[in-house]
Amino acid sequence: MAVDTGVREPARVSGGEGATGHLEELRTDPIALMERVRSECGDVGMFRLADRDVVLLSGAEANEFFFRSPEDVLDQAEAYPFMTPVFGEGVVFDASPERRREMLHNQALRDKFMRGHAATIASEVERMVGDWDDEGEIDLLEWFAELFMYTSSACLVGKRFREQLDGRFAKLFHDLEQGTDAIAYVDPYADIESFHKRDAARAELVSLIQGIMERRAAGPPVSDDDRDLVDVLMSIKNPDGTDRFLPDEVTGMFISMMFAGHHTTSGTAAWTLIEWLRHPEVLARVDDELAELYVDGAEVSYQALREMPLLESSIKEALRLHPPLILLLRVAKEELEVEGYAIHEGQMVAASPAVSNRIPEDFPDADAFQPDRYLDPRDEDRLNPWTWIPFGAGRHRCVGQAFAMMQLKAIFSVLLLDWEFEPAQSPETYRNDHSKMVVQLQQPCVVRYRRRAVARSTGGAA
Amino acid sequence: MRIVVDRDLCQGHGVCESEAPGVFEVGKDHQVVVLDTAPSEDRRSELEAAVRFCPTHALSLVDD
Repeated sequence: MAVDTGVREPARVSGGEGATGHLEELRTDPIALMERVRSECGDVGMFRLADRDVVLLSGAEANEFFFRSPEDVLDQAEAYPFMTPVFGEGVVFDASPERRREMLHNQALRDKFMRGHAATIASEVERMVGDWDDEGEIDLLEWFAELFMYTSSACLVGKRFREQLDGRFAKLFHDLEQGTDAIAYVDPYADIESFHKRDAARAELVSLIQGIMERRAAGPPVSDDDRDLVDVLMSIKNPDGTDRFLPDEVTGMFISMMFAGHHTTSGTAAWTLIEWLRHPEVLARVDDELAELYVDGAEVSYQALREMPLLESSIKEALRLHPPLILLLRVAKEELEVEGYAIHEGQMVAASPAVSNRIPEDFPDADAFQPDRYLDPRDEDRLNPWTWIPFGAGRHRCVGQAFAMMQLKAIFSVLLLDWEFEPAQSPETYRNDHSKMVVQLQQPCVVRYRRRAVARSTGGAA
Repeated sequence: MRIVVDRDLCQGHGVCESEAPGVFEVGKDHQVVVLDTAPSEDRRSELEAAVRFCPTHALSLVDD
């Protein structure tokens, strides 16, 4: 072992004496664990996940190292064993980096498609609120999960596919999301209820999609304008004339395309609304901003691509305080050094949006909801590209960021112009459930809505 | 005025292409190509918008 370079081993955080190290703490209070790593060990510290060391990085310098490292240095493929049973073998995290990049960087996310997506999204929200009475209550977790199932399927797979979905898909997707217990680091197929439900949900999704494919194969040919990704995949044949993609693979592709954008956007929509309900003075300013933008009856599809400074800042601030992914993981493929600390081949390396987003030196009054921190001249997101990381950074930065922001702007345009919201429970009781690697709102998470007395065309804000 | 691209960060979203057509182009390999390496001063506001709205903060403008 090289000992002459002055490179030190990172300190290990307290706790985690049991056989599985800090696994239990990661499954119960992961943010407290990761914050303790930073407070006890600094920018580079260590915790233990089952039989592996995890080197947790935080702060701008260490994060920049993390996010700039290429795939052959810090590998993503091995780092998320809990995703393999969700996606299925051969999909995304089991595929080569090139293939993964190609699949993830879906053409549908290109800038030139955004206007069409915005119109689709606005009409999906209108359909969902079309079922509302003049006043009532919604469960934020369930309502946004269903809405984003429709928007992402319509935009990423196609409208024809979306029309063949119903509420069952969102429920099955929820079971997949809940099947991400960190116990997967010990055994991704452990005999626990959430993994059984995950596997049953995936099998059910395959059979629903198989049914859709069979009905299409038996039905009349589709016009070019109506063709969606299902039709495209069904048209690809092997040299011997058999179908190239079987229902299991098609399902895996759709899950992998929609998964990353589903719980993330849905949680962010919910937390943005919750923070507004906790800070009515901010919501009043957002209402004014929207009323002014839509005063002449502008189309949501047009306006959602334009600037909405305070609404966007509110979303950014909800993302900073409640990042949907709290722990980003890689596996070191060679011996590395960061800030004078050694990282060994085979160790896991992590960055945490939950920790870095609240570093007080970068974000004054870090625990407070202050959308104004993103307005000129404070610009705290742009000034801290390696610590304002709700979308990650660098080469693996979320490819759906622009799509997600547009989507949230379109949705809140429709919701806030026509409806008023208030908490249906004490505002401090909304919280996240951290028992799974996919963080979701904990129920109950109910809000009350009421139709606005003043119509949109005459200015929405009361 | 010179455009600097951080290749580690570019993911080829194509926002720059929309903000400043003719200066940027994003090809099938999802990497930006700077078509006009020495753009004229009257395009500064478009270029600033391209820099500002780049989703991965991969662009910067340098005045030499």
